[in-house]
Amino acid sequence: MEEKMVTVEIPASLYAKIEGIIKDTGFKSVSSYVTYVLREVLAEDEEEQEVFSKEDEERVKERLRSLGYLD
Amino acid sequence: MIKPHGGRLVNRISHEERLREEAREMPRRDLTLDEARDLANIGHGVFSPLEGYMCREDFEVVLEEGRLANDLPWTIPIVIDADRDEIARVLEGDTLALFYEGRPLGILDVEEIFSYEKKRYAEKVFKTTSEEHPGVARIYAKKDHLLGGRITLLEDPPTNFPRYKLWPKETRVLFRERGWRTVVGFQTRNAPHIGHEYVQKTALTFVDGLFINPLIGKKKRGDFKDEVIIKTYEVLFEHYYPKDSATMAVLETEMRYAGPREAIFHAIIRKNFGCTHFIVGRDHAGVGNFYGPFEAQEIFDYYPDLGIVPMFFKSFFHCAKCGGVVNDKICPHGPEHHINFSGTKIREMLLRGERPPETMMRPEVAEAILSFDHPFVE
Ligand SMILES: [Zn+2]
Repeated sequence: MEEKMVTVEIPASLYAKIEGIIKDTGFKSVSSYVTYVLREVLAEDEEEQEVFSKEDEERVKERLRSLGYLD
Repeated sequence: MIKPHGGRLVNRISHEERLREEAREMPRRDLTLDEARDLANIGHGVFSPLEGYMCREDFEVVLEEGRLANDLPWTIPIVIDADRDEIARVLEGDTLALFYEGRPLGILDVEEIFSYEKKRYAEKVFKTTSEEHPGVARIYAKKDHLLGGRITLLEDPPTNFPRYKLWPKETRVLFRERGWRTVVGFQTRNAPHIGHEYVQKTALTFVDGLFINPLIGKKKRGDFKDEVIIKTYEVLFEHYYPKDSATMAVLETEMRYAGPREAIFHAIIRKNFGCTHFIVGRDHAGVGNFYGPFEAQEIFDYYPDLGIVPMFFKSFFHCAKCGGVVNDKICPHGPEHHINFSGTKIREMLLRGERPPETMMRPEVAEAILSFDHPFVE
């Protein structure tokens, strides 16, 4: 679960502003807040990635039908 | 479709016969049914992004911050314990076979073996060190070491509810096929009374689908038995729920009774199943008087990055003046006009073999409960 971290630069004024925003929230640091915001923004653009193949999906649907979840 | 927690649905499943044979040659640890169920939950991504049991760093950050080491919200340690004898047989870097009833269900790549303080574990997760707390008592009964590392799931443990056993991969297809863009999840360990039904239907009014997800697993004395919960929801669905917008599947994991922290955990699990919303009522996952009635709602303030929307409800009750079932936000009348849906009172009546009034419980549900000789965990 451990991830390697790298450094990016942001303006000091923005940093200070974020420090203010995250006070009294669950965010431990400006970095964790920035990470969260970036993840959110990127997630919007990402293609819906399916973890399984067409056959796999057909098998899932078949099971859902056999259990009465789908017609 | 909402993304799983951490962005990707974990899949740690292998059906390779070779691994099964190798597992039989490895040092092994036998699992209880609840442990076997959680192994399968990891393998099928119910606990995404976890790919195994927590190593020390994740474990520590979860205790201290209620987050994983990479900052993602996570509140309940997912760990496997081992005693001195068991750790004498494995080293970090070894593999350990995880057996249930004589069958190898999984393999653990032992990344780290570490000790932990049970008192601190209890204090952080349960906010108490009292042995009276059933979740704490289970921590104290654990062995002294923890094993961290990725798992491979070889086989699912048996289930008593194959008809209702769905994994996140399946519920995600189901919600999509049904055309539900928004789905509210409901956690339950109760047979439903009228109050539950109104909470669920009020939530459903604002989303496309309702996902009832009863928790099947170790509970405490006095809780409804699993088969009673399922049976009562079956009759409720049959008589009172819209077929196009409500469905049910089971979640097999033990109750921790960790109140606020477990509410976050329950929400994350439902996010992985594909829910966009999650209902949090009064004293969610609480026990006795260990948590304030709305602590499990307040904790959500701490997690703006949770990625699933909590829907908070205080209480529904019958109001004589309003002339129906209402809630605290819409009824201006005093408590003298209210009949509360008291789970305790309903339980007492049922224990005496009495049928609760229709204002409290649907007659079909009461009937279903009373058809069991012993509806409660003894
Ligand atoms: Zn009223």
